[in-house]
Amino acid sequence: MRRAILAVLATAVGLVLLLSFKPHEVTSLAERPAAVTEGGDADDGDRAQNGAQNGAQNGAQNGVQGDGQDDREDDGDRFGEGSPDTSGSGSAWTGQGAAAGATSGEKTVTGDPADTRWGPVQVQIVISGGRLAGIKVPVAPANNRRDIAINTEALPILNEEALSARSAQIDTVSGATYTSEGYIRSLQSALDKAGL
Amino acid sequence: MTRHVEHVMGTVFSFDVRHRGGRHDDAETYVAEAVAWLHHVDAVFSTYKPDSPVSRLGRGEIALADCPPEVAGILRMCASVTDRSRGYFTAYPGGRLDPSGIVKGWAVERASAMLRDAGAPDHCVNGGGDVRLSGAPDPGRSWRVGIAHPLRPGDLAAVVTGDDLAVATSGTAERGAHVIDPHTGRPAAELASVTVIGPDLALADAYATGALAMGGAAREWVEELDGYEAFAVTATGTTWRTSGL
Repeated sequence: MRRAILAVLATAVGLVLLLSFKPHEVTSLAERPAAVTEGGDADDGDRAQNGAQNGAQNGAQNGVQGDGQDDREDDGDRFGEGSPDTSGSGSAWTGQGAAAGATSGEKTVTGDPADTRWGPVQVQIVISGGRLAGIKVPVAPANNRRDIAINTEALPILNEEALSARSAQIDTVSGATYTSEGYIRSLQSALDKAGL
Repeated sequence: MTRHVEHVMGTVFSFDVRHRGGRHDDAETYVAEAVAWLHHVDAVFSTYKPDSPVSRLGRGEIALADCPPEVAGILRMCASVTDRSRGYFTAYPGGRLDPSGIVKGWAVERASAMLRDAGAPDHCVNGGGDVRLSGAPDPGRSWRVGIAHPLRPGDLAAVVTGDDLAVATSGTAERGAHVIDPHTGRPAAELASVTVIGPDLALADAYATGALAMGGAAREWVEELDGYEAFAVTATGTTWRTSGL
């Protein structure tokens, strides 16, 4: 009996924690940055370079991708509803396409600006010779909320968001171990290349 | 920001070192030292190099005492995880010595510690999909690790946010059903991928391998592991996570 009560208490504590992580907004399809709205079918032989595009396109097709099976209302988001300060701080071209636009054969694709939970985001990419040559984020949220004490804790927070790699603002990717060849088409490879 | 990509141990390691106040060329030196360490680990532990100490040990040509001391350390760690995982993790998959299921995570863990000790506390080291986070990418922001969706290439299944954290994923997406359930001898196919999150990447890596072999039962098992949590995508695309996430 005592054990049962303890279990209930533990659950209550767990719920409090989970509720405190509850996002202030729920990411939905409409909020995702449409990083690439054109671009059509990615060349199958060229998937590595187009990883970012694929992500965005798949995301758009699949909509909200959290599991529906075992979902809990604890999709934590520390950043919440901060004021959507916008800056041009990320507006430099990165990647090999730094001289983008100057060369013929390059194509610049500008996504529609989209409101995300972090504020408005707009993405431009340069495609050169079928490869992702540069990424620019002309509109990006400048500040995340700073007032959440949880940031200082080592507690991992897991979001099952509607996810494409481009919109999720990730720093790195964990996945099944790729081979050297597999790396080429991995999201991590795109991130390393993008250097965002 | 210093980024470096290194092909070693049959996969690719990615370094992302942030140096607020620190010097760029210092960071490059630290990364070079960590990379040299990874090549040393490969030379000692590779099962693809027939003359590596671990290959020779596996064939019985040399004794454990003849190997560099870290081999004994790794084998002890393997034995401990084998015990804890009721045999689902093993350093002898298919009957031959192959501690690869722990070595890569351990190598990343040590590389991260080297960077931290050298004076680069804010970094992320990714060894073929196993990630060690340290510090923060920017002031006031935590690292965000996308978990690759095993069934939808290019998509993510989840995002893990954290500061000092290890994130290891084992799955069938890249090399097929390569993890064998040691109790049945058949490939583990119940889970498409399982991600283990905790303080140490060597253990997280081994736990993820054991959890993949274990299948659905891994959920209860990881619940009992102190300090570690898991997130899994099953072969049918449903997901589960342990209660600490």
